Amino acid sequence: MKRQSRRDFLRAATATGAGILTVAPALASSEIQVNNDDLAMLYDATKCVGCKTCMVACKNANGEDGNQEVEKAKFDKDGLWDTPVDLSGNTRTIIKLHKESDGKYSYVKHSCMHCQKASCVSVCPVGALTKDAETGIVDYDKSICIGCRYCQVACPFNIPKFQWDRAMPQIIKCNFCKRTNLLEKGVPACVEVCPTQAIIFGSRKELLDEARARINQNPGKYVDQIYGEKEVGGTNYLFLSAVPFNKLGFPKLGEEAPAVFSEKIHHTIYKGFIAPIALYTTLCIIALRNMRKQARHEEQSAGKADGGKHQ
Amino acid sequence: MHHDDFQKHEGTLFTRSFFALLALVLLGGYLVTMRFIKGIGAVSGLSDGYPWGIWITYDVATGTAIACGGYAVAILVYIRHNMHYHPMIRSCILTSMFGYALAGLSVIIDCGRPWNVYNFFIPSQWQTNSVLFEVAVCVMSYTVVLIIEFLPAILYSLEKSEWLRLHAFINWLHPSLAPKKETVISHIDKVRRAAGWIRPLLDKVLIFFIVLGITLPTMHQSALGSLLLIASTKLHPLWHTGFLPLLFLINCIYIGYSMAIMESIISSYAFKRPFEVKELSGLAGIIPWLTAIWLTVVVGDLTFRGQLAAAVRFDFYSFFFLLEFALIAGGAIMLFKKGNRLSPRVLFISAVMIVLGGSLYRFNVYLIGYDPGPGWTYFPSLAELGITVSIVAFEILGYQVLVKLVPVLPKLHLHGHGKPIEKYSE
Repeated sequence: MKRQSRRDFLRAATATGAGILTVAPALASSEIQVNNDDLAMLYDATKCVGCKTCMVACKNANGEDGNQEVEKAKFDKDGLWDTPVDLSGNTRTIIKLHKESDGKYSYVKHSCMHCQKASCVSVCPVGALTKDAETGIVDYDKSICIGCRYCQVACPFNIPKFQWDRAMPQIIKCNFCKRTNLLEKGVPACVEVCPTQAIIFGSRKELLDEARARINQNPGKYVDQIYGEKEVGGTNYLFLSAVPFNKLGFPKLGEEAPAVFSEKIHHTIYKGFIAPIALYTTLCIIALRNMRKQARHEEQSAGKADGGKHQ
Repeated sequence: MHHDDFQKHEGTLFTRSFFALLALVLLGGYLVTMRFIKGIGAVSGLSDGYPWGIWITYDVATGTAIACGGYAVAILVYIRHNMHYHPMIRSCILTSMFGYALAGLSVIIDCGRPWNVYNFFIPSQWQTNSVLFEVAVCVMSYTVVLIIEFLPAILYSLEKSEWLRLHAFINWLHPSLAPKKETVISHIDKVRRAAGWIRPLLDKVLIFFIVLGITLPTMHQSALGSLLLIASTKLHPLWHTGFLPLLFLINCIYIGYSMAIMESIISSYAFKRPFEVKELSGLAGIIPWLTAIWLTVVVGDLTFRGQLAAAVRFDFYSFFFLLEFALIAGGAIMLFKKGNRLSPRVLFISAVMIVLGGSLYRFNVYLIGYDPGPGWTYFPSLAELGITVSIVAFEILGYQVLVKLVPVLPKLHLHGHGKPIEKYSE
């Protein structure tokens, strides 16, 4: 009796497993559509002089929206200077220095990469992070965000930052000054103030062409790679550098967007909500049949009760 | 439905462990208050590199698996139609109810902007690409379903209880504060009649909730694995696989059965009741088969992805992988032998091993195998641990109190030994 039930159980378990397995590859790999008309930025590390004007302009333009504070240095009790050491709940963009020797160094600017297929947008449970269909800007809406921080778990660049020291915290990340400078002046604040044109702004296609032209016209100057062209399916923030990108703190990433992989599996299981409904209906039928069986069984045993033998 | 399978545990409410647990709960309450005043950073070791710590890993991802006893036993009783496990189901559902309700509470503590949580109920904000959306909705609905599943026990008590504690309380109050006896009795009578009216109605539709209570965990337990699918660049290849949802699903079922065994043995021991060896050995017979399937998928998948070598590299990750593997396989192998399944001691040891190994698997996926890049480390702070401990204390406290107030534990007349215990009310 017991062995029988165990075999049934196994059979049911394997059937479920097999069901999941056979459905999984059925959904053909959905390639992401790269939109080269998206708004984009190109940062050329060889042109950057590390003046950090972009950081100041960014906080001036967006500090209020993100409730961002000045990050004080230890000696600076009055908060005269903003001295962030990394992206944080107070800082959307940062210039860092990579130094190998006195003669060999490079600056690098970090901020949101505005991925073509953004992981943060894919995982946000309430749609507080969105990708604008027209501009490609990945934006954050604090009035919707529940603060679950799944975007931080998901982002391969560790970009979204959380305000850990606040009672009413929010996520901080670049949105190309969508509601501030871009709206008012048609260009993000950092691009507007850069004295050396190290950051330029335009459509992704224009900037890719420009970046390729720079590499071709200056043989040996640049690493032969535009970071962001292919990484995780392409990003709208593009980089040129004379120093290998991994030394500047960019992770080495594949060309497939992680969100494509996770959505493929998740949607396969939940496509049209058919599987859950089918599961519920099947289980209902089995359970109801069992109940009827049980009722009959109890009636019988009640009838036989005088005989005194029942299971 | 079969109320005569269950009974209340007779005993006083205010034991020494009651007050110890209560103290822990109050400490947790203080820490949670601090978190809401000063921010999450003030009480936790979380950072932008490790945005999810033990509150998510333990209280939600592991806590709900440990609370899967109700799910796992419901499959046996209502789908596999093994009615002789029916006496176990109420205590399993009770622990599931606490596990899930408190997982929900931890999420609210963990969420940075909980006042926006209402967005889950606004269809235009539904983001069906997000695995977390699915987990959140399923866990919320399952908690409600568990409460409905447990309602018959509460209604039964409301209807049949003699309300001795309430009367004692009223007598204890100063006469000027105490309400009139007659009004109290008439109110009690109303409550009784209402409970007596709802209970049979609920019994008729209960099966549909029970089945919902089987469907929902199937969905969200697998989705708890899917949550980490996106972290393909951060989660170690030993654990990052497309099979995460399947592995989490099977994992929660064998943890559920093991937990049901552990819980039953502990409460038999604590409440000095005879061990339910017959039921437990039946459950224990299922576990090794489930773990065998699970381990096969793990090893097969590692081989397929060419990561088998990483498992035996004997570095940090390999150590935790092997530990997880050894605990689960070790516990399961013990249960393959029939003789072992009849010994409460072996049952307990192997159940503990499987619960630990299965939980370690979840820790490995959510924390230990998760590496956001150079420069980030995480270890929970004391206050963060304190909040988790107080949540567990609250679970145990609630269980302890409720088994004494409503009929939850299996009725003892099913066993040959021990004094026959009178029905507490007729």
